[in-house]
Amino acid sequence: MPAALVHRATRASRVAGVAAIVAVLVLASLPAWADPSTLRLFVEFACLLALAQMWNLLAGYGGLVSVGQQGYLGVGGYALVAAADLGGLNPFLCVPLAGAVAALVAVPTSRIVFRLQGGYFAIGTWVVAESLRLVASNTAAVGGGTGTSLISIREFPKALRESVTFWIALAVAVGAVAALYWLLRSRHGLALAAIRDSERAAASQGVDIAATKFWVYVIAAFGCGVVGALYFLVNLRISPDAAFGVSWTAFVIFIVVIGGIGTIEGPIIGTLLFFVLRETLADFGTWYLIVLGLVAVVVMVRFPRGLWGYVAERFDLHLFPVRRRVSAGDT
Amino acid sequence: MIGWIDTLLQGLLLGGLYALFAVGLSLMFGVMRLVNIAHGDFIVLAAFLAIGIALGVPAGPALLLAMVLPVMVVAGYGLQRGVLNRTLGKDILPPLLVTFGLSIIIQNVLLEVFSADSRGLSAGGLETQSLRIAGDLAIGWLPLITLLAALGLTFALEWLFGHTTLGRAFRATSDDPQAAELQGIDHRRVYALATAIAFAVVTVAGVFLALRTTVSPSDGPGYLLYAFEAVILGGLGSFWGTFAGALVLGVAQGIGFRLDPGWGILVGHLVFLAVLLVRPQGLFPRTRD
Amino acid sequence: MSALLATRGLTAFYGDFQALFGIDFEIHAGEAVAIIGANGAGKSTFLKTVTGLLAAPPDRIVFDGRAIGGMSAAAIVRQGIAMVPEGRRLFPSLSAEENLLIGGYTKRKGPWSLARVYELFPALKEVRALPGNALSGGQQQMVAIGRALLANPRLLICDEISLGLSPLVVTALYGTLPAMMREGLTVIVVEQDVGIAQRTTDRLYCFQEGRVSLQGRSSELARAAISAAYFGSGVAA
Repeated sequence: MPAALVHRATRASRVAGVAAIVAVLVLASLPAWADPSTLRLFVEFACLLALAQMWNLLAGYGGLVSVGQQGYLGVGGYALVAAADLGGLNPFLCVPLAGAVAALVAVPTSRIVFRLQGGYFAIGTWVVAESLRLVASNTAAVGGGTGTSLISIREFPKALRESVTFWIALAVAVGAVAALYWLLRSRHGLALAAIRDSERAAASQGVDIAATKFWVYVIAAFGCGVVGALYFLVNLRISPDAAFGVSWTAFVIFIVVIGGIGTIEGPIIGTLLFFVLRETLADFGTWYLIVLGLVAVVVMVRFPRGLWGYVAERFDLHLFPVRRRVSAGDT
Repeated sequence: MIGWIDTLLQGLLLGGLYALFAVGLSLMFGVMRLVNIAHGDFIVLAAFLAIGIALGVPAGPALLLAMVLPVMVVAGYGLQRGVLNRTLGKDILPPLLVTFGLSIIIQNVLLEVFSADSRGLSAGGLETQSLRIAGDLAIGWLPLITLLAALGLTFALEWLFGHTTLGRAFRATSDDPQAAELQGIDHRRVYALATAIAFAVVTVAGVFLALRTTVSPSDGPGYLLYAFEAVILGGLGSFWGTFAGALVLGVAQGIGFRLDPGWGILVGHLVFLAVLLVRPQGLFPRTRD
Repeated sequence: MSALLATRGLTAFYGDFQALFGIDFEIHAGEAVAIIGANGAGKSTFLKTVTGLLAAPPDRIVFDGRAIGGMSAAAIVRQGIAMVPEGRRLFPSLSAEENLLIGGYTKRKGPWSLARVYELFPALKEVRALPGNALSGGQQQMVAIGRALLANPRLLICDEISLGLSPLVVTALYGTLPAMMREGLTVIVVEQDVGIAQRTTDRLYCFQEGRVSLQGRSSELARAAISAAYFGSGVAA
């Protein structure tokens, strides 16, 4: 009897891997030949993609459904404005700093919100986000309810500003996907999958549930903080509603509904489809949102694992394989 | 001193409105562990249905309530039976995503139909009348009636759960849906009835809300948060706990508003977070799990 | 005489995993039949398909002339099958008496009422107001049985009621079986305790790895044959 082989790569994944590297190289060259509006669009794409991957990490792998990640996004955005305008730091260097600030806020917050479970945990995170929004609204130094603008960025020439922001966005997008991929292929990923499947069984195998959830929550907060800083690096005008609005989560939820969670390619596909939908329905105002909502409801009832999740299971298509497969002999 | 007593009274009366918000949420969670993210939006929907009818038909609040109730109750039953029942299961994500989608749909449909203006209902002058208690202290009649309505509904729900066959079926299904099936209880129907009753409470909440203040299509999420905070503050497992939690929230917000108008709601959130940190089981828990 | 409950070639799956491989079973009105077998033999799965908790092909299970495979569990209760589930599964939010009352949810007509159940199990009268899970194991089992009786079933299924109880209590519980059957009840008893299963029933089936490995009249089956059938080294009767 041939020995069983454990392997991870599939034919589809090798093709996808090569395609991804080529795509990243092509994208890196964009500032040289694309126009500013395209660069901006990509930055927004990167923001939502990274946000979706953070949500994926939390909900898909950590079992934590948060409707309040916009809180950390807002913290990141305001940290950027405060550190760059008030603190005089280089705005580009403030991006990772903003992530760190968000992560720091997440540490004590986790102690509170982890008291709750399931749907109530979700709303609890929303309360935290709302509280942060209200604090920002009441802080005159950053413009209170009407917000303020990022001024220190104007010291840099426009072309340089756009290029550097674009490359940061590319790094954030690639980084989010890569970090998730690396994390999940490691033993931490196995631990997360074990927790998601059965907390009690995982605990009995020595997995520290509380610590794992804590780190997942803090890392996700860091990611959202970085996204917040990146977004306002491009948009320049920050306000409590823009930074802490729950529409961020609404868009991510839509992406997750389409792309499914628990896979790495799911959020990528979901974000792509979201942007396609957004560009085509842009003129229809509220109807665009009604369509989003309807799609979310219909898809979730019919395909609980998201559209991509359904397709992936049906056709056994895994572009970013994380699971190990056992086969007898070769491939 | 009088000022603080007045703040306390107004806070309690505000709590009455929040109790109306919260009790429906508590019911749905108690029976089927469902957290309806669109809960606040359904309250706003009920309010706008009443407002919409009032635009065309000259009717007092009681008649409007009577007209909107059957619509909302049937809608709740149908929603649970047709949509939400299919999402309930081990995975917590589908019901959250579906109700989130519903929230977005409701807000934007209302926006399309009614525009972003905030509107209200008239109570024919009752809004401005008040009951004098002592010296300078006065309680508005409308807030008082709201509180009494909340009291009555809480009492009715406790009685329903504790002393009727349906209430027993609710509790049994909540404990162990499979074992309940073995007694002949069709959980899909039971869930739908629970939602129908919750929507009846939501309708009362919506009408009283529109009488008390103006409503705009995007107000829903805010009310969801208050309802949720009241439920958690009170402790899971009892409607009286939720009622008490709502009063606490109302008073917390009242004190916040008195300190600084911009801080009212934030103080409510902070009190909630603080209680969650030091006494996560809530102030008056009656654990059944 | 046609059977009250009959299954022909019944199969059952949990996803891709097959748990039952063609079970032929029948019980006639007024009989007491036992099903024995080791853990994982398929006894619980069989009960789940009969009571509607697990989907079954419509024509493979016939009860009182009706094909019930595929009906929901709640509908099957209305047809007249009630089960005392393994582990009792009382409702913690309900008092002992409320647990009994919920058994009567379907309002089927029949000889059983709250008063009659208290006659059968007098010990329950003192603890009627206590919450379901505050009772002793034996009391809980009495409530679980009473709850099933209040559904006024034609067929009563008792799933491992001896589990976790002292032999004295088990004997007393099984002692009430004749009184129940006098009211016109037909009973299926699933048991790990082979001795009591043999003593209290007319016929017996032994399940092993999803198949019937032995069947016959309870009084006529030899211990050796049962052992062999239980553990799988034997041949089907």
